[in-house]
Amino acid sequence: MSLVWIATLSLGGIGAISAIILYFVAQKFKVYEDPRNGQVEAVLPGANCGGCGYPGCGGFAAACVKADSLDGMLCPVGGAPVMAKIAAILGKEAGEVTPKVAVVRCNGTCANRKKTSHYDGAKTCAIEASLYSGETGCSYGCLGNGDCENACAFGAIRINPETRLPEVDEALCTACGACVKACPKGIIELRNKGPKSRRMYVSCVNKDKGAVARKACSAACIGCGKCAKECPFDAITVANNVAYIDYQKCRLCRKCEAVCPTGAIHAVNFPPRKPAEPKVDAAEVKPIMPQAEAPQTPAENA
Amino acid sequence: MLKTFRIGGVHPPENKLSAGQAIINAELPKQAVVMLSQHIGAPAQAVVAKGDKVKVGTLLAQAGGFVSANIHSPVSGTVAKIDTAVDAAGYQRPAIIIDVEGDEWEESIDRSETFVKECKLDAKAIIDRTKECGIVGLGGATFPTHVKLLPPPGMTATILIINAVECEPYLTSDHQLMMEKGEEILVGVEILRKAINVDRAVIGIENNKPDAIKHMKELAADYPAIEICPLKVKYPQGGEKQLIDAVIRRQVPSGGLPIATGAVVQNVGTAFAVYEAVQKNKPLVERIVTVTGKSLAKPSNLRVRIGTPISQLIDMCGGLPLDTEKVISGGPMMGKAVVSTDMATTKGCSGVLLIRDLESRREEMQPCIRCAKCVSACPMGLAPNVLAKAATYQNWECAEEEHVMDCIECGSCSFTCPAHRPLLDFIRQGKAKVGAIIRSRNAK
Repeated sequence: MSLVWIATLSLGGIGAISAIILYFVAQKFKVYEDPRNGQVEAVLPGANCGGCGYPGCGGFAAACVKADSLDGMLCPVGGAPVMAKIAAILGKEAGEVTPKVAVVRCNGTCANRKKTSHYDGAKTCAIEASLYSGETGCSYGCLGNGDCENACAFGAIRINPETRLPEVDEALCTACGACVKACPKGIIELRNKGPKSRRMYVSCVNKDKGAVARKACSAACIGCGKCAKECPFDAITVANNVAYIDYQKCRLCRKCEAVCPTGAIHAVNFPPRKPAEPKVDAAEVKPIMPQAEAPQTPAENA
Repeated sequence: MLKTFRIGGVHPPENKLSAGQAIINAELPKQAVVMLSQHIGAPAQAVVAKGDKVKVGTLLAQAGGFVSANIHSPVSGTVAKIDTAVDAAGYQRPAIIIDVEGDEWEESIDRSETFVKECKLDAKAIIDRTKECGIVGLGGATFPTHVKLLPPPGMTATILIINAVECEPYLTSDHQLMMEKGEEILVGVEILRKAINVDRAVIGIENNKPDAIKHMKELAADYPAIEICPLKVKYPQGGEKQLIDAVIRRQVPSGGLPIATGAVVQNVGTAFAVYEAVQKNKPLVERIVTVTGKSLAKPSNLRVRIGTPISQLIDMCGGLPLDTEKVISGGPMMGKAVVSTDMATTKGCSGVLLIRDLESRREEMQPCIRCAKCVSACPMGLAPNVLAKAATYQNWECAEEEHVMDCIECGSCSFTCPAHRPLLDFIRQGKAKVGAIIRSRNAK
């Protein structure tokens, strides 16, 4: 019996003494952490994608707590609702948020871009790009091995097996930018989502001269500059034989789409065009009509 | 016991189909496409304009920096345009396109067959001449020769090693050049020896070329400073670091230059080009190209003007066989498949190899079984399986710690892997990434 008592008392004594020491040591070396860090982190999505530019959600939470204002701070995954919650916790104004989305700027479907060689190396875009220009005549276009798909933590970008081009699911895309970094050809860009998810972009990055680009891909931007002339808002610039639409300036009038001779300019999520109004001179409209009647299916290509 | 390098190595089938075929001149192209970047380093800057008349040997483009090389016209005619052309990797690169008219050479070039033994120039003049004539390493790496002849401050050369190993299967251009132009090569070696001021030169030849060893030994009897060193056949003996180890038993330190061992290595083809440049004032406008393949009617060694489309070379050797799946510029181990036979030959094109469909097909990739065959094959003593895995998982720190930058991309690991894993593809990617990381770190 006494043996049990000795064991209980001695072990209990050691435990009690250690607890007291630990208590004082913990007090002495306490690291102060703002309790709001934890609160902010709790409302963040917890994807740890790094899309905000900080190391994980914890890093972003600490930066938000430290920052004087939330201007320029954005969790691309959570977007405006999450930023509003963070603002409420911290008692700061949430900065203005323009939602963005990844846009694949390549039109080189299997039909548009003929295969000129066959690649049998390791199936990643990074390696294929380091070895040669790719299986088609276009050395700027998508290689279709799906590095972007593998980089996406949200399953928002997938290679369409028919076109061999990646397609972005707008509902899932959080604009974290992982695919942009993963693409060795620099095809993917984060662009403003636009009102009602409507946006215009040049779906090509081919810098070759027009004839060379056209030979490689029937839907390539040939840098003719018609769109730039047509644009009433100066939103389009043509440099290095390829047009670029500045999404800050673009007012979504769709004039450029109508004049593009190769169909390289894509309009996404617009309703189908109405037939031309009778006021307009019929002669002017005619060349545009065939394209208007056969609208592309932009939602699929987004 | 014959010498060879001490670490790793493999024995690919030799397939020297064109061995013993006399060098024949390839026909002149109708249009020559001269790429402005056919050497390691900065691209050359064009000094001619559209419509200019050029002769063979006219300067077309000036070196674009210290590590760069002049480019001379390989044909006579009119400059049609200065534009872009598709290079071997399928990218559009700047090029000068010349419409060929006749075959007129610059007057300053000595085109006679007379053999000139005595070299009157001093070391500096020799180096200047190789620079003017746009001589680059003809083994395949195309490193400008004049840069190699000027060791960095604090380093001195003690020995000149001539690379006549030709360890790549199929290729026979260096072999045939030695058989036909042995005397000229030896004078070229003497000139190179003078340029770097060393009193010993060794020509390393693998013993699968006994006729070349015998021939060169006979000729070298008159040159006391030149020694012929037969080497045991093993790939990649033609690698600079492997050859140094094989011949003088010294290892290039990790991350260091070969000159750290005191050796300067030059290719045998380069030695011949140096002879022609110094003794005959002839710039690098043509080279020997092996055109070969198991289905090809006439595997040959051709003397080709730079800028000739490779389709023309294939036609000269009996035309493109129907069962061709891949056309490779260079040898089967380190050469690169080209995207189109319209591609122009460059200074670095040592061979055109046509691979049949059955041989070219890659086997399906299997999981790594950790047999470590790649580790024993790696001539740099690396662990290719670890490097490939690090690159797959983008663990660049690990790749750097495992010395990915020491990889010479010889392909022994991929060749030997029983699971058919494309190890070199992954390692090359790791090398590119780690190289970029190191450069950005050094820039800070």
